[in-house]
Amino acid sequence: MYRGLITAAGLVAVWEAAARLLELPPYILPPPSAVAVALWVRADLLAHHALITATEIVLGLLCGVVLGVGTALLVVRSSIARRWLLPVVIASQAVPVFALAPLLVLWFGYGLASKIVMAALVIYFPVAASFFDGLRTTPAGWMELARTMGAREGAILRHLRIPAALPALAQGLRIAAAVAPIGAVIGEWVGSGAGLGFLMLHANGRMQIDLLFAALVVLAAMAIALYYGLDALLRRLVPWQPQTLGSPR
Amino acid sequence: MTVSAPSIRLDRAGVAFDGRALFADLDLDIEAGRWTCLLGPSGVGKSTLLRLVAGLVPGSRAGGVAAGDGGPVAARVAFMAQQDLLLPWLDARDNVLLGARLRGQPPDHGRAEALLAELGLAAAARQRPAALSGGMRQRVALARTLMEDRPIVLMDEPFAAVDAVTRLRLQTLAAERLAGRTVLLVTHDPLEALRLGHRVFVMTGRPARLSAPILPPGTPLRAVDDPGVLALQGELLRRLAEDGA
Repeated sequence: MYRGLITAAGLVAVWEAAARLLELPPYILPPPSAVAVALWVRADLLAHHALITATEIVLGLLCGVVLGVGTALLVVRSSIARRWLLPVVIASQAVPVFALAPLLVLWFGYGLASKIVMAALVIYFPVAASFFDGLRTTPAGWMELARTMGAREGAILRHLRIPAALPALAQGLRIAAAVAPIGAVIGEWVGSGAGLGFLMLHANGRMQIDLLFAALVVLAAMAIALYYGLDALLRRLVPWQPQTLGSPR
Repeated sequence: MTVSAPSIRLDRAGVAFDGRALFADLDLDIEAGRWTCLLGPSGVGKSTLLRLVAGLVPGSRAGGVAAGDGGPVAARVAFMAQQDLLLPWLDARDNVLLGARLRGQPPDHGRAEALLAELGLAAAARQRPAALSGGMRQRVALARTLMEDRPIVLMDEPFAAVDAVTRLRLQTLAAERLAGRTVLLVTHDPLEALRLGHRVFVMTGRPARLSAPILPPGTPLRAVDDPGVLALQGELLRRLAEDGA
């Protein structure tokens, strides 16, 4: 973590030096100091748009996770769903979700809804796929033990397969946390009146590149906070999972 | 213990994988309330034979497996494997109570804690498996097996994954606690079979065959340095080595 911060600080220093020494115009590459000033001066504006984007991300995450978990459970419990639904779900991943963004804006409007749907669509598959994978790879020894104990399939699912699949689900959630912001911002780019993506597009059009970078910094900070926050929460809730990203030692 | 332990009879039992018989037409009498040990090299099919008795071999309708009293077999079985099979998200006590939880029965916390205490695990009752040593985990697995209180106990190399001293202790505990039940123990350790078994069968070959029953002198639990046990151990090791050659 500290090493990462030091590397980042080094890169920022190189950027600052390059922008000053090469005397790049601020509408091409503003120095980090100018971005910092924009962050400070336009804090209210940034906060307003960041809140909207954060709302889209969180609601999109919730919808995508509920749908993904529901699909995995359905497909595991029902052989009909496994045969009729699963191939379609997998094939649907060949469709680039981002190409659907204009359509989603057309269907769900310029407001929050189209961005929430976009974020939910992006994270749905990693969540469903990882949870389903976890559910069907319960260690055989545990399943045999449960059968000798006279357990019914429902009880095995509830007490054995779902808890055993939680580490896999946690991996899917980490991926979801990493890609959900992308979904929301793409949605904003395609059509919106608010949010960090909208602000970046707007700033770009007006050559306010310092503001664009400031919005990018806020977006990155939000994405990182979301990832590590979720990671810490998952570690606490699912302490029996193997070590993963985010733990440098 | 109040349950009466039945005898089990395997009548021309067989299991094939990919069209190749692991064993076929196998007859075995497992005596009621006694320890029967199945000794053999890895991969000979002894675990499969045990899982057949437990009703765990897919496709088989437990054909050829019957209890001497005419009752069901698989429904009266407690199963203990080489891996402790403890669930990492439950503490030791809740692992012991797994059967009740899975059957939707009210958990008897008091009995689970008493069992753990009898096995020297009172202080570990609320700890998760990750915090326990291999020997402790296997003792929790033994407590879980005892908690099921079934007349038939099937054990698949239950002490193979622990060190030698722990293994002797676990054997002693198991012999004491499971006395009077019908036990089928699968092992590749001749000494273990000779310490614990009323009768020992050697399983070798492919399709696998069973030897005539070997009756070690004296009664279980036998001492590791018992001259009779040591002499038989040498003979069994020779037999297993010949089969492998």
